[in-house]
Amino acid sequence: MRRRLATPRTGGLLALAVVIAVLPAFLPNNFYFDVMILVGLNAIVCIGLNLLVGYAGQISLGHAGFFGLGAYSSAILTSTYDWPPIAALLAGAAGVGLLAFAVARPIMKLRGHYLAMGTLGLGIIISIILTQEVDLTGGPDGMPVYGFSILGWEPSGVLVWYWIVGGLLLLTVWLALNIVESPVGRALRAVHGSEAAAQTMGVDVVHYKVLVFVVSAVLASIAGSVFVHYIGFVTPSEAGFIHSIELITMVVLGGLASIYGAVVGAAILTTLPQLLTFLHDYEMLGFGAIMMGVMIFLPRGLVPTTARLLRDRTR
Amino acid sequence: MSLLAIESLSKAFGGNRVIDDLSLTVRQGAVHSIIGPNGAGKTTLFNLVSGIYTPESGRILLDGAETTGLAPYRMAALGLSRTFQNLQIFFNMSALENVMVGMHLHCDSRFLPAMLRLPRIVRRDAEMAEAAAGLLRFVGLAEAVGADADSLPYGALKRLEIARALATRPRLLLLDEPAAGLNPAETGEIDDLIQKIAETGVTVVLVEHDMRLVMGVSEHILVLDRGTLLAEGSGEEIRHNPDVVAAYLGEEGRYL
Amino acid sequence: MLTEFLQFLLSGITVGATYALVGVGFSIIYNASQVINFAQGEFVMLGGMMTWFLFDAAGLPLAVAVPLAIAGTVVVGVALEKFAIEPARNASIVTLIIITIGASIFLRGSAQLVWGRDFHAVPALSGDAPINLSGVALNPQSLWVVGSTLVVIVLLHWFFSRTMTGRAMRAVAFNRLAAQLAGVNNRRILMFSFGLSAALGALAGVLIAPITLTYPDVGIMLGLKGFCAAILGGLGYPYGAIVGGLIVGISEAMTAGYISSAYKDAVAFVIILLTLFFMPNGLFGRRGVERV
Repeated sequence: MRRRLATPRTGGLLALAVVIAVLPAFLPNNFYFDVMILVGLNAIVCIGLNLLVGYAGQISLGHAGFFGLGAYSSAILTSTYDWPPIAALLAGAAGVGLLAFAVARPIMKLRGHYLAMGTLGLGIIISIILTQEVDLTGGPDGMPVYGFSILGWEPSGVLVWYWIVGGLLLLTVWLALNIVESPVGRALRAVHGSEAAAQTMGVDVVHYKVLVFVVSAVLASIAGSVFVHYIGFVTPSEAGFIHSIELITMVVLGGLASIYGAVVGAAILTTLPQLLTFLHDYEMLGFGAIMMGVMIFLPRGLVPTTARLLRDRTR
Repeated sequence: MSLLAIESLSKAFGGNRVIDDLSLTVRQGAVHSIIGPNGAGKTTLFNLVSGIYTPESGRILLDGAETTGLAPYRMAALGLSRTFQNLQIFFNMSALENVMVGMHLHCDSRFLPAMLRLPRIVRRDAEMAEAAAGLLRFVGLAEAVGADADSLPYGALKRLEIARALATRPRLLLLDEPAAGLNPAETGEIDDLIQKIAETGVTVVLVEHDMRLVMGVSEHILVLDRGTLLAEGSGEEIRHNPDVVAAYLGEEGRYL
Repeated sequence: MLTEFLQFLLSGITVGATYALVGVGFSIIYNASQVINFAQGEFVMLGGMMTWFLFDAAGLPLAVAVPLAIAGTVVVGVALEKFAIEPARNASIVTLIIITIGASIFLRGSAQLVWGRDFHAVPALSGDAPINLSGVALNPQSLWVVGSTLVVIVLLHWFFSRTMTGRAMRAVAFNRLAAQLAGVNNRRILMFSFGLSAALGALAGVLIAPITLTYPDVGIMLGLKGFCAAILGGLGYPYGAIVGGLIVGISEAMTAGYISSAYKDAVAFVIILLTLFFMPNGLFGRRGVERV
């Protein structure tokens, strides 16, 4: 029993569930709930992104584009076309999945910095389209979005949204852990470890690259949809280059190829700007310095580095 | 019928013909060796046969069926597996998981069942872990069962690649310099391992520079020189073939 | 009709030359270190901002302010290598990308802190009175941009083919280990390439600032377009980056002129995606053979 609790699966899921359940007792006001909801949504995107970048070894500097497309799909379909929010969310996810599937084959052929350029370009094109198609998206000023509703029930108040996002995060972590600890997860890591060897072991490398690209894009899209209904507003910056960079930084900071790393990275980088507000004019400078410092001194990321330290100590 | 047949195969890199109108056959069963000086095209031949490179012309037939130009993962499904001259270990996994990747074709590798962690996926994973541990013991790596791949010494990684290749349940196993970089004692163990593999009915083709290993283990030897087949036959025949002695064994012949 | 086309072409070549300079900087650093320096655009920003500061606020003549601004940016570039890249030598590609992005945020933050968030005008090097060439208005600054870029290309060519340091840099790009065994000091080359890239970026910044204005965030898009130029030409081929820069600049100007200025910024990225879909290693990049 003790051994099972110490595994990332059971023990980690349990610990995360406890943290999510207990946290509201320590959050003094709505502002903190708000930050935690954003942490949860970012974490969901980062888990998908980590499957792509950390496990399969394929970099993406454009994932905010998929987040933005999900967000705008929900915004436009519900506000302009009066779709039910859940249908808009699913349609957005399906659309983003199809788009990702269509571009995945040529994009996933690229390697290293060429792949970085390709994904970056894709993200920027998406954000420029969202900015320029003013009639559809409201342009640079963004557009308002109605609240969420499902079967007549409309979540309202930060606490309700907190539980929704907390539940979604827990579900995402569980599904992601399932993938990682399965033949699919091993195939993804094999693609990262050596494409030549993966292929000779019978792994269809292209298939798994496309698969993980689509999965990560769909997760980003769903998080984007939930995000707009919670915030009630959306601007093109959600799809922008800076947001893409924030997402990949969360993943690397928390730890590549670590599901919990994605959660920790999202938690730190989402709350850090709030904590740094006391720096006022020095905020951006401090943020950049922390980013560099952590990467220079902990290049493997927080969670894998800590895990290794703990393991060496208990040995 | 021959298990592997190669018909007038050619491959060039930037005008440099590495494989030049090469034809050869490998019959079912036993251990075969391909020898030849550096640059003779041995590794390129392996890369062509396993589908990593596509030939410019010529045909490759596995058990009578044409496989020219098939992707490596399709070749794996047809029963071909290999190891690499430059180690291609998945260093981001444990030794056991490396071997389990080799079983990819023998399990349900679809996305949805994996994501939902269906009970049969969990059961099959446990079985595979068991089988993988068995393969690690088979190649003499019993102590590596709980280890990360990046913590193993070089000699163990060579065996790990063999265990991983065996996990695909190959009919034809290509070993690219399995003894390179190993000391004489380790080379002797690889010798034993190759014989053990051959006894299970797997056809082994070996590229190797260690002549003692080649002569000791192989029943049939193919000599490659500048991308063409120079000679073939038993160890005894090769040893006394004047072309081979002239082209290749000149300075190394004394080891024979 | 033709005048219009020539007008667009001219402005395209001007901007393209700037992208080319930034792109060459990407390639030089990549060759020395396999690092993509996402702070390259900030070198452009620093060149422009420092020139404005030294000229406008400190009252120095342009002939003094410009060299000082370039020298100042070189110091920043070398410091970046020394304190951020060097300590992380063995980190993965993604980690190094994040470090240079952190550096770019840090530099933008510093610029905002020191000089504020405002837009600033930098005077053109030889006035703004357009020269009329049979209907085509030529901004004298364009001549400076294109002329300087040509001079830089010639100098770089001489540097890479004739000087010891230049040849050593090519050797490192070709085979780092062999170069080291032949006695090339890799660390010095690394530092030098960051300095050289910073100088090229700063020069681009000085040249383009009179046309675009300068402000702390000016480097983001310029840097990304320079990255496009470098990738388009094939990473590690400085001459490819020049061609790439011109292609991006000219297509941007043509799009803005004939199709829609709204999608001007998207053009570079559409071109790069289409090119990479068919030529995964850029226009001039060699296709690597997988060695296993």
